Amino acid sequence: MKTIADLKIGERGIIVNFTDDELSLKLLEMGCLPGTQVTMTHIAPFGDPIAVKVSGYVLSMRKDEAATIVVA
Amino acid sequence: MKKSPKIALIGNPNAGKSSLFNSLTGLRQKTGNFPGVTMDKLIGKWKLEAGDDAEILDLPGIYSIYPKSVDEQVVINILANPQHPDYPDLAIVVADASNLKRNLLLFSQVRDLGIPTVLALNMIDVAENQGIVINSVKLARELNVEVAEVNAKKGIGLNGLRLSVNKTLETNYNSNDSLPMDYSVEMVEEIKEKYGDTDDYHALLWLSEHDNLKQFDEKQRVGFDKIQEKYQWNTQDAQSKETMARYSQLTEIVDNCLHEMPVEEEPVNTWTDRLDKIFLHRFWGYFVFLGILFIMFQAIFTWATYPMDLIDGGVASLNDFLKTSLPPTKLTDLLTDGLIAGIGGVLIFIPQIAFLFLFIALLEETGYMSRVMFIMDKLMRRFGLNGKSVVPLISGVACAVPAIMSTRSIGSWKDRLITIMVTPLMSCSARLPIYTVLIALVVPEKSTLFGIFNLQGVALFAMYLLGFFMALISAWVMKLLLNVKERSYFIMELPSYKGPRFSHVMLTIWNSTKAFVLEAGKIIVAISIVLWVLASYGPGDAMEQAEITAKTNNPTLTGKDLENKISSQKLENSYAGHFGKFIEPAIKPLGYDWKIGIALITSFAAREVFVGTMSTIYSLGGEVDDENSTVMNRMRAEINPDTGKPMYDMALGFSLLIFYAFAMQCMSTLAVTYRETKSWKYPTIQFVYMTALAYVSAFIVYQLLK
Repeated sequence: MKTIADLKIGERGIIVNFTDDELSLKLLEMGCLPGTQVTMTHIAPFGDPIAVKVSGYVLSMRKDEAATIVVA
Repeated sequence: MKKSPKIALIGNPNAGKSSLFNSLTGLRQKTGNFPGVTMDKLIGKWKLEAGDDAEILDLPGIYSIYPKSVDEQVVINILANPQHPDYPDLAIVVADASNLKRNLLLFSQVRDLGIPTVLALNMIDVAENQGIVINSVKLARELNVEVAEVNAKKGIGLNGLRLSVNKTLETNYNSNDSLPMDYSVEMVEEIKEKYGDTDDYHALLWLSEHDNLKQFDEKQRVGFDKIQEKYQWNTQDAQSKETMARYSQLTEIVDNCLHEMPVEEEPVNTWTDRLDKIFLHRFWGYFVFLGILFIMFQAIFTWATYPMDLIDGGVASLNDFLKTSLPPTKLTDLLTDGLIAGIGGVLIFIPQIAFLFLFIALLEETGYMSRVMFIMDKLMRRFGLNGKSVVPLISGVACAVPAIMSTRSIGSWKDRLITIMVTPLMSCSARLPIYTVLIALVVPEKSTLFGIFNLQGVALFAMYLLGFFMALISAWVMKLLLNVKERSYFIMELPSYKGPRFSHVMLTIWNSTKAFVLEAGKIIVAISIVLWVLASYGPGDAMEQAEITAKTNNPTLTGKDLENKISSQKLENSYAGHFGKFIEPAIKPLGYDWKIGIALITSFAAREVFVGTMSTIYSLGGEVDDENSTVMNRMRAEINPDTGKPMYDMALGFSLLIFYAFAMQCMSTLAVTYRETKSWKYPTIQFVYMTALAYVSAFIVYQLLK
């Protein structure tokens, strides 16, 4: 199962679903919808947090949060 | 149409709400507090039609009506309660056109609450640069609301917005026809029956958020729990389903109204991308951040000294002038040594505070602050903090009170509590004058580091770093003590870089500085007067005896020297002197005498009183002539009666510096901690641990340097 946390810089993925119900609502509200394309844009100096481009803007999240978003 | 209707500005963070607010209201705005919480509330006036002013309320940015943090909760408390004094007659939802679908989610929720709503479409230029073209006429038809295209930053399209607002207010039109998700009608009817007639969406909002809504009491909350149980309601599930249902409806609408030009496969290398390559870099990122902080402190110490010297000198010469031209009565003394000395102690802060707020406003405005959070999160988490703790910590450099309030954006209670507890260790602007005076006394003025950096500036920077590291260490200890497993979020937007809006920065500086001067000023002036009284009167007839005692003990002295002796004899016998003497045994190991003791006692209400107290004490005990009349010179001239050497030497100077860096000496901070944690437990702990830390550290420093 590949998640956003596995993406390398510049790599893209399409959101499939979420593995954490509590986080999924927040992520949905921030525009991370299943079927949306995400691109990994930044990884912070110590490998965490990360930032992705999603629906036209840059969203940052921690690595363990990114690991709850399954991508294809 | 209602006279002076209330209009609320609602929107996602970074959608341009504040820009629109400033464009609409200009300088006709005032700050206030939301009822029940001390959170900045900005209200302004906007002329709708001839003679009719609308009241515009700027609300904190939210992504949905389901709050995830305390600042978002403020908005929901208003929107969920039609009886709320701030409940709007109309809502302008500000939407970022370059991210339309996400912005429309909030719009559709606000509209379904039954509030007449106008959509202000902002940042169309940004969207067009990304190849997105929006047909706003069609969008208005599909959403069934008035849509106005605006450029909030440049203030374009405000007339169109005014027309849309007027039209919507006149018809009170609102397109709340049916909700996009499934729900039990029977359940909603039961809620309406028990909690008052309302629309379906309000009823559902109450059901899912009742625990956090201010409008319900304990009994009503239990009632909601029963309904949830009866209908097997799962809030999280329902909110996710609703969000999905809204998005699928919006996707259809957006697809119809939005045309996306094919852009090149690789995104254009924008300014934001280029800057982020540096600012988020593993080495340069931290280098730049430290560099910015360093420049900030050098600037404050060098640039701000010019106006500060002017103010200091001005107050001193005003006092001299008044003393020579007014009759030498007690009332004159109260005016000069009590009141004006105290006010001078407040005014002298203004340049430095204004500079600090300038830097903080610039960092916030440009979008750089969220980069700092991004690169600091991992480091801060090790200490039990959170990337978002960086903003309160940096703001704490200006004042702990707004800094503690800014912790509301931190979603996790544990991270937020630790941030609140350690923020007052950051050196706030009230400590700045104390640092300034003491550093000037113990660090030679002309010396430099590597020939370029003013050594006094370096010392000041070191004081700030010391506070910061002590905050980290304390946070780490608290993390160990507070053994709570709680999830903390770090899902946030990294906005693109923007040039700062000059007027917005200036307004922020003006509002913050004014608030500080008025709030702190009241306390300082009051304490100055009380102090003057305590220092001018004493128990029994010791004060009257002072003159005689001084004369008999020093029969050879005459003129100025004799006057000095009399004054210090008087001070020693005054109420303040007795207080100082009373605590002297406790502070002797730190190197302090009873005069400093007086300053310590008074600064437990507010530490900025220190310099004022010093000037009151030393102007009572000293001569007045032009050369020698600033506080600093008076302190420098003070002789330690035990050693015969200058009182303010290295050991005492550093001991005092450390004490003031760590001690909790601010009633306002304790009050705000109480308000934010809703318990006296935390301000008590804060007071005790900080004061103990200050005492022990100052003791060690003094004993080592002595």
